[in-house]
Amino acid sequence: MTERRLFVLQRLTALILAPLVLAHLGLILYAVRDGLTAQEILGRTQGSLGWALFYGAFVLAAAVHAPLGLRTILREWTAASPRLATLVSLAFGILLAALGLRAVIAVVA
Amino acid sequence: MTEGPGNALNVRIWRGKAEGRFETYRVPARDNQTVLDVVTEVQRRQAPDLAYRFACRVGVCGSCAMTVNGRPRWTCRTHVRRVALEGTLTVEPLRNLPRIKDLACDMAPFFDKWQRAGGRFSGTASRREPPQRVDPQSPPRLAASAAIECINCAVCHAACDVVAWNSDYLGPAALNRAWTLVNDARHGPRSDTLDRAFAEGGCTSCHSQGNCTRHCPVGLSPSESIAALKRSAFFGLPKLEAPE
Ligand code: SF4
Ligand code: SF4
Ligand code: FES
Repeated sequence: MTERRLFVLQRLTALILAPLVLAHLGLILYAVRDGLTAQEILGRTQGSLGWALFYGAFVLAAAVHAPLGLRTILREWTAASPRLATLVSLAFGILLAALGLRAVIAVVA
Repeated sequence: MTEGPGNALNVRIWRGKAEGRFETYRVPARDNQTVLDVVTEVQRRQAPDLAYRFACRVGVCGSCAMTVNGRPRWTCRTHVRRVALEGTLTVEPLRNLPRIKDLACDMAPFFDKWQRAGGRFSGTASRREPPQRVDPQSPPRLAASAAIECINCAVCHAACDVVAWNSDYLGPAALNRAWTLVNDARHGPRSDTLDRAFAEGGCTSCHSQGNCTRHCPVGLSPSESIAALKRSAFFGLPKLEAPE
């Protein structure tokens, strides 16, 4: 993929992540302050298409956004060749997506 | 100055190549002297083998840039009064370029990047055709004009940390040049120039912190040009007005 496309992808995923991160933080505060138990939380998330979409989008956007930043850091701060930096970032992205989607499935399925 | 007005100035000048040392020279401090005047005085009176570059002495040719007390500057228009620290001046070659001898560095990598960024103008019309009409107030022309007065001094290239980290990065001057051509209605390969500006090591590597702009002696804003190049990742080539 060209640098231009990757650049666009990183900016667009940032655009998606910004509101999702705020909602996610708000949610954490809400759940903790109200003292919701794990059971109560799961009761609300299981079978919910809304939460599946919300956190599915979150995980996918993060799995694209973060590795692109990592790639830049590797290229600027380490001796890694551009190719190696890309491969490591790609692997990191796949790992993020797999772990994240697994977690989403665990709370909504 | 430590020794009162009209006295001496201690000038530390880099002698050698990549390996070398600072030599200290004492020159008279004068009311009006530029850093280039001081270097010239040292060369004429004390160190005839001192290598450095200059041509116009009035801020036009861009050949006299050096690192003065840690910052890149055009030395012919930098007054000692404004930059001397406690009567001391430290003069080194520009950063981010190979050193040749003393204060002269090899500018070839800098101009190579200019070419790599698609910075060579290539007109669409031949000399037999009438000159193309360009509205000076059209937005693309205004964008090009704002960035066009570059004197190729490489001060911004020396100020850029990303160039220091990644010598492949095209750097502010070459990208600023690319942005002027992308906006130039008379330049044929506008989209090729834009593609080159986005290639590996191109505008997406810029951190937008603006050290280039802060140091550009003629007041250009390469960081703004680069930001505009980045925006065209979303919006494509700037629209030109339909020719009349
Ligand atoms: S704004 Fe970009 S080009 Fe200018 S100094 Fe910073 S990284 Fe370099
Ligand atoms: S943009 Fe400014 S600092 Fe950079 S080369 Fe041109 S004149 Fe010099
Ligand atoms: S000598 Fe020409 S710009 Fe300084």
